[in-house]
This record gives sequence, C-alpha cells and structure tokens, in this order.
Amino acid sequence: MRHILSLLMENETGALSRVAGLFSARAYNIESLTVAPTEDPTVSRMTLVTSGSDEVIEQITKHLNKLVDVIKVIDLNESRHIERELMLIKLQARGENREEIKRLVDIFRGRIIDVTENTYTIEMTGAGDKLDAFISALEDGVILEVVRSGVSGIARGDKAIQ
Amino acid sequence: MSKTKEVLRGAEIFVRALKDEGIKHLFGYPGGAVLHIYDALYKQDDVEHILVRHEQGATHAADAYARATGKPGVVLVTSGPGATNCVTGIATAYMDSSPLVVFTGQVPTHLIGNDAFQEVDAVGVTRPCVKHNFLVKHVEDLASTIKKAFYVATTGRPGPVVVDIPKDITADSCEYEYPEHVDMRSYKPVLKGHTGQIKRAADLIATARRPMIYSGGGAILANADKELTVFTRHLGFPITNTLMGLGAYPGTDKQFVGMLGMHGTYEANMAMHQCDVLIAIGARFDDRVTGDLEQFCPSAKIIHIDVDPSSISKNIPVDVPIVGDVKHVLSELIALLENRKDLPTEKDLKPWWNQIKEWQGINCLAYDRNSEIIKPQFVIEKLYELTRGDAYVTSDVGQHQMWAAQYYKFDKPRRWINSGGLGTMGFGLPAAMGVKKAFPDETVVCITGDASIVMCLQELSTCLQYGISFTVINLNNRYMGMVRQWQEFFYESRYSHSYMEALPDFVKLAESYGHIGLRIEKSADVESALKEALQEKEKVVFIDFITDKTENVYPMIAAGKGHHEMHLSPNRELA
Repeated sequence: MRHILSLLMENETGALSRVAGLFSARAYNIESLTVAPTEDPTVSRMTLVTSGSDEVIEQITKHLNKLVDVIKVIDLNESRHIERELMLIKLQARGENREEIKRLVDIFRGRIIDVTENTYTIEMTGAGDKLDAFISALEDGVILEVVRSGVSGIARGDKAIQ
Repeated sequence: MSKTKEVLRGAEIFVRALKDEGIKHLFGYPGGAVLHIYDALYKQDDVEHILVRHEQGATHAADAYARATGKPGVVLVTSGPGATNCVTGIATAYMDSSPLVVFTGQVPTHLIGNDAFQEVDAVGVTRPCVKHNFLVKHVEDLASTIKKAFYVATTGRPGPVVVDIPKDITADSCEYEYPEHVDMRSYKPVLKGHTGQIKRAADLIATARRPMIYSGGGAILANADKELTVFTRHLGFPITNTLMGLGAYPGTDKQFVGMLGMHGTYEANMAMHQCDVLIAIGARFDDRVTGDLEQFCPSAKIIHIDVDPSSISKNIPVDVPIVGDVKHVLSELIALLENRKDLPTEKDLKPWWNQIKEWQGINCLAYDRNSEIIKPQFVIEKLYELTRGDAYVTSDVGQHQMWAAQYYKFDKPRRWINSGGLGTMGFGLPAAMGVKKAFPDETVVCITGDASIVMCLQELSTCLQYGISFTVINLNNRYMGMVRQWQEFFYESRYSHSYMEALPDFVKLAESYGHIGLRIEKSADVESALKEALQEKEKVVFIDFITDKTENVYPMIAAGKGHHEMHLSPNRELA
C-alpha cells in the first residue's frame, strides 16, 4: 500500500543522503521525496512517498526513527490528511489548440504563468491523480516538458507535527 | 569563581577531549592530514597511542578492546586510504554493535571536493556502516562533536561512529570546553521498557510448559549477564545463547543447552523447534540462527526484549515486543516474577526437561578423541581445560570459529570475541592485540586458521613493539575449511580455489617477526605445547597445529532449512 511519511530532521548536510541511503541499502522503494527547511531553519521537513506491506512500512518507520538526524516520523496515512503536488508543464500551443488548452487549464484550476507564440507554461497543484488526469486529458504530442515536485502532505485538523 | 577558558589549537583540543572522555588507549596510524594531531600526541602522556601496521588492524584492535572492556575503542587514522582501510573494521563493529569511535583526518576544508591528494569522502564512504558520522566544519564544534560521538557510540544499541576532521580544523584555535552532558533532540535512546508489555510477558511466561530462553549479544552489551542468570535460574527454564551471546549465561551451567543455529547443538535447536514460549533477549533472529523462517519455532508464542525497535518483528513477527535496555527490562521482569505464584513449577517442566535430556543423550558434539592426527576440536578442548575456561578468546572466521564456540565453554561475558555478524577474516589477531592491551595480566588466545591468519598478520610487528603477548592457535588444515566444507556438501566436492597452496612456514614467519613459533603435528603433543605457550609473558607464541584436513563442523543445518533438519556427521544421520 502507498504511504506518505512526514519527517522532521536536522537541517544538516548529509541528512538527506542518510535517508536516501537507508532506502537503497534495504531495498525499500521511494516514489517521491521532497525536502525543505521549516520555519525553524535548523529543522527540515521531508515528505516521502513509499509503498509496501504493513510490515515493510513498519520497518521503514523504525529505521527512519533510528537515523540520528531524524527528529520525528509520522505516517500520514494513519489519520486524515491532505496531499498536494506542484506541477510545471510546458505545452505546445498553436492555432486552435491554444484556446482548447486554456479551457482545459481553467477546468483543472491551473494557471498559465508564461506565454510565447508557440507555447504555454502552466502551473498546477493538486493530488497526484489530478495532475495525472490533466496530463492524460492533453492531446498526444503537445507536452514539451513536465516538472513535478513530488508530494507534500499535512494532517487535517488541529493536530500539528512539531 | 569563573575560570577563564584556555585557548587551544584543534589538535590539542582533540587530545584533551580524549583525556576528558577518559580514553586511555588510541590505536592509529599517522599521515599527512593528522600530523598536527600526532604532534599534539607527542607532547603528552595521558593517552597512549598504539601504532598499528595497517588501519584495518587498528579498527579490529579497538573494536575488540571495546567488546572486552565495555568502554569505547578509539582509532585515529589519516585521510584517503587511511579512512578506506578502516571500512572493513567499521562494518565489523557495526554488525556486532560495538562502540567504536574512528577519527579520520581529512584534507583541509578549502580543498574538500577538489580531488586533493589523499582525499576521500569519508563520511559518504562509511555512511552505510556507521551508527552515525560527523564532518567537523569549525574548530568551535570539535570538542562538542567528540562528546556527541562517544555518546552516540556507547548509548542505546552501541555502534561505530566516524568523526572526519579536516586538517585546517586541527590548526585553528578556540577556547576549550568539554561538555559534561549531551542533549540531542533527534537521538533519545529508550532505557525503560513499557510496564504493560513487561506484565504481558510475565503472564505469557506463566503459561509456558515447554519454554526456551534465547539470548544474544544484546545481553552482553547491556551488561545484563547477572540479571539474565537470575532470571533463568528463577524460572528453571532451558537457555541457549547465540554466537554473539556466549558467556552471558554460564556455559557450564546445567540449564545451558549450548549454542543454537546453523552449528548449534542438537538439543538447543530441537528445543527451539518444539518450545511453546520463546523468550528472546537481546538477539536479532539472524538468518544463521533462524534457518528457514517458515519453520522457525512453529508452536511458540514469542517475547522479544531489545533496545533497537527495528530488530523487533524484522524477520519473525513476535507476540510480546518490549523495547528497552535488556538490563532494565530484565530487572523489572524479575521483580514481577518474584511475586507470582502461578509460574511453571519444576514438576510442570519435568516432561520438557526429560525431552531435552534425551536430545542431549545424542551427544552431538562427539568426535574422535583418540585420533593421532590432531582433531581441531581436541585442541580447543585442551585449551579450555588448561585455561579453566577463563581466557579471553578471539577468533577469525570459519570452521575454527565454530569449533571454538562449540568446545570452549564461556562462563563469563566479554570473554568470547569474534566477528559474528560481518564474518570478517583477519579479525582475530588484531582483536587479541586490543584485548591484551586492555587487560595485560589476563590470558588472551587467538584461535585462527591458515586462511584467516594471513589477512592481518602484519600486526605481529605491533605486538613486538609494545610487548603484547598472547597465544595464537592456528588450526592449520591447508584449506579454507568452511568453504571446503560447503563445497563438499553442496558442490559435489569440487574444491574450487579453497586449497591453500604455498602456505608460509608459520614457525619461521613468527620468528621473523621476533616472536616464538611452534609446529605441532601429533595429538600427544598438543597439551604440552599449549602449556608452554600460555606461560610466555613477553612475546606472541604462534602454534601451528597441523590438523585433520577433512574434519567438518557438526551439527549443521544447511542454509534455509529448519531447526529440526540437522546433520550430525557422515556416519550419524538423524531420522
């Protein structure tokens, strides 16, 4: 099953490679991984999407907790949560196609953030499956470039990870 | 009264911090990146430096020093090859959870990343085999990083820590203060076990009629041998130890049924297979212990006490997990059990003990004691008799290691020092050197084989330089015995590259290093040679025992088989 793990870790050089190294050394799989400092510059927040049986996820959580740089590990799947991903996508947009793409972007609540005679660059956020849906709604051959941030997640409600 | 702090150079801070940490011995090898530190070492007498002949030897010596004493072992090496030569030793310490602190020199900060002379990313190279590692970026962080390194290495589940120190840091100066305490928000090892879980364990123990205690290296690391003994004797249960756990419970006690696992005793493995409650204490269900996971303790409820949560339910799902320091948890458990009236009685356990005695009657460790050709087991038994089981025994890896574990009965913890997890050939000789440095008045013996011994043989020079004396027992069968054994069993005796042709004359070799060499070829001469060797106080006595080259280690469970599927010997197959 797919799990979203949220980590608080020391904002130290090498902390990211410790996490990445753990996954490769123990043959766990990483679907996506995002990391950036929090409001406290000494702490980084990482969101990691992985998949595996309950036993595998339990081991992953234990091993992450064991890393000396990791302060806290939360499995967001254990409670209600929100996940978002940012996508920047550059599309060929000429002639009739231009209007069609703009309509599609509006439907998916994206924004056109850069325009040339031949292309649109679009910014879109949402859960991963929404971004997937947008990509599959596009005509074949119009996509020039796709950049996806990987998932960020946060728990719903009053609960906060600190 | 406020004391003005001294301003010291990084190299001096390093040496002072070791002194303040209570470190007496440092195993190392100099080089460009650590010359400032070596200069600072020259000017003091608080920390004794032992100059090894290869950095790997330093790591094994310091690792064994740590295993024997329970205090951290310390290594100092230079950058580049100095650091990479340590990797095998660091990985060895990591697999066996030994508190080792390795200081590696690094090229000056401004050259890092420039492919400078003797530059290697020591933090990157060692990351997968350390508990943690640090790169020191400012001299102001040096003392506190050293403090953290020792704290992390020695607390929780111990393990190796590497501190990489660029050369310029050792030249820079700052005020010196060694912190008294460490507080790391991201590292809080658990000591006390969960009270509710301990209660559940006691409840389960009370229901047992075919119980088994399986304890490992964790009981030794936690210094919980006394608690383990009290616990086991109070319950009257049978106990087995893993290879790493030998000595945590007296090997001569009647409740001890021997080592378990691939080369464990028949009674230990059969009792594992048929027990109804298994109490795992500081053990990690290693594949050499469990064999086939599907057939592991098929009818047992399992209690598992371990300081490392990631060891629990890793290979085998357990019923009552207890995360905590073995010593703490056992003390609490003992207190609970002492007040219970419903524990299994001697009468309740009688049928189980009768069954175990029947298994013991098979005498699975029998061998030909009257052989004229030296049987390797015979040498170990004689050594055991002559040292009355009280020697520090180090070993290399292979058949000799298994025979040592089977035939030398350890009554005390920290006496049996071997590379169980990583299985590092070459460990034994530098390990004996490290133990002898820690305990100069104790008897230290290195049990090895003709293949392993040459892997770190150069440390004989170190032994001569520092007057470190011990006995080397080389069980010389002219083969990589364990490889040969597997080839005999599983590859139709095709002995591919396992025969040691062109072996050196070990007697002359020992002599050329300034030590004493003996060659023994008959069983009748074994005892007198050992006696002579054990009396030597100044030099290493290297005894080359020419042993039966066809001898195999029994019992044996083939990899991936169950505990009940043991082989005893070619002539004694079980149904």
